[in-house]
Amino acid sequence: MTSIQLWNAFYTMMRNDIVRILRIWSQTLLPPVVTTALYFVVFGTFIGSQLAPIHGYKYIQFIVPGLIMMSVITSAYSQVVSTFFFAKWTKVLNEMIVSPMPDWLIIASYITGGVLRGLLVAILVLGVSLFFTHLVVYNVVVLVVAIVLTSIIFSLAGLINGVFANGFDSVSIVPTFVLTPLTYLGGIFYSIQQFSPFWQKVAMLNPILYMVNAFRYGFLGITDINLVTCFGVLIGVMVVFMAVLAYLFRNGVGFKN
Amino acid sequence: MAKGIEVKDLRKTYAGGTEALKGVTLSVEEGDFFALLGPNGAGKSTLISILTSLVNKTSGEAKVFGASIDTDKSLAKTYIGVVPQEFNFDIFGNPLNIVATQAGYYGIPRPEAIARTEELLKELGLWDKRNEPAQGLSGGMKRRLMIARGLVHAPKLLILDEPTAGVDVEMRRSMWEFLRKLNAQGTTIVLTTHYLEEAEDLCRNIAIINKGEIVVNESMEGLLNRHGKEKLENVYIDIINGEKAK
Repeated sequence: MTSIQLWNAFYTMMRNDIVRILRIWSQTLLPPVVTTALYFVVFGTFIGSQLAPIHGYKYIQFIVPGLIMMSVITSAYSQVVSTFFFAKWTKVLNEMIVSPMPDWLIIASYITGGVLRGLLVAILVLGVSLFFTHLVVYNVVVLVVAIVLTSIIFSLAGLINGVFANGFDSVSIVPTFVLTPLTYLGGIFYSIQQFSPFWQKVAMLNPILYMVNAFRYGFLGITDINLVTCFGVLIGVMVVFMAVLAYLFRNGVGFKN
Repeated sequence: MAKGIEVKDLRKTYAGGTEALKGVTLSVEEGDFFALLGPNGAGKSTLISILTSLVNKTSGEAKVFGASIDTDKSLAKTYIGVVPQEFNFDIFGNPLNIVATQAGYYGIPRPEAIARTEELLKELGLWDKRNEPAQGLSGGMKRRLMIARGLVHAPKLLILDEPTAGVDVEMRRSMWEFLRKLNAQGTTIVLTTHYLEEAEDLCRNIAIINKGEIVVNESMEGLLNRHGKEKLENVYIDIINGEKAK
């Protein structure tokens, strides 16, 4: 395919994803907004007002970046895992495979869909958070790079899940039993400096901790972990997931044979 | 004349050990209307799936209009249009978007994709239904939608897997006419079907595959003459029964 044909194919995939996200907005965009609004009310306003500041910020300000990140992670992941699994289940995926679109373009299209939904949700949640507290952006570059890398990583993870999923149960198992615990234990609601050294080391095994801290640095200029380490982990995880997907697609694992 | 399909010693053994293709060698001439027949589980779908990259072959070679499915995969794929037996379109989509999306996968820009879709849907009598949910279409309409989708990128080779399954007689006849016209315009067509009168009526050449091996590969006329029978169905039953007796 020529570069123009590749672009047309990519545009087609993107167009369908965007139309889907907007068509079923009550399933794709509204839930994270409602959920995080409740977090702001309960943890930020009611409970947060009873808590001491963390790193000099009010509790509600401290949790805003993490709550935005939590919405991005969930949205990017579920966008890709659900659309890919649905395409596999209905065998619409076969039509992509028999077409001349290269594997990397199919992967890139799904990932872009996840990133777009993640960013759209981030903007909406950020808008909601402004009803509860005021925010300033400390470093916009760090902020943007952290959120884009995170949404790419969880879109890739969603795609890996979609490749292996062989039923609707398999689509929900990982988000429920892996993603949610990791997210809640990823430093959204606390600073790991409040932990003992042992638990700090345990917490640092969780990649979401690095994402939340990098993103929080972009907003507030504070982080529990060195920024270079944060981005090193993010890029490392992304590269590993990309390599895994390249292998899976090359061999057609989960959808060929 | 170039070969539409050229397959040499194609083998496929699935992970469970099932040997679906045992060294299939086959060629389909450009412009042919070719029947690929065989009982369920004979290897037809595996052969088609290998040609269309849905299944990885174990060994052997396959070319589509001279383009190898190994070394020139992208080009080979542009030559092929597939109409699978199962309805595999976006159940929430409408015919217009389903067909135009398929065109997009082949790199066709959206305005041109819409124009081609309009032409095909009109020709196949689906234009009035273009904005209705595809899920709600009748069986015959769904089949025609699948054909429109398979043709939207103007493939040189159209592979039809049971294209008239579950379609009433009148609709089947009109689909035959459409396919004859398409073939007359130069599209090479490979048809797999369990309606043997359909293959007999439409196809000039035939291959019968059984247990992963080609047991017949000749012209339709030659096959009928050689067996001294008027109906393909009778010849087919003789051949398959003969194979079972071996």
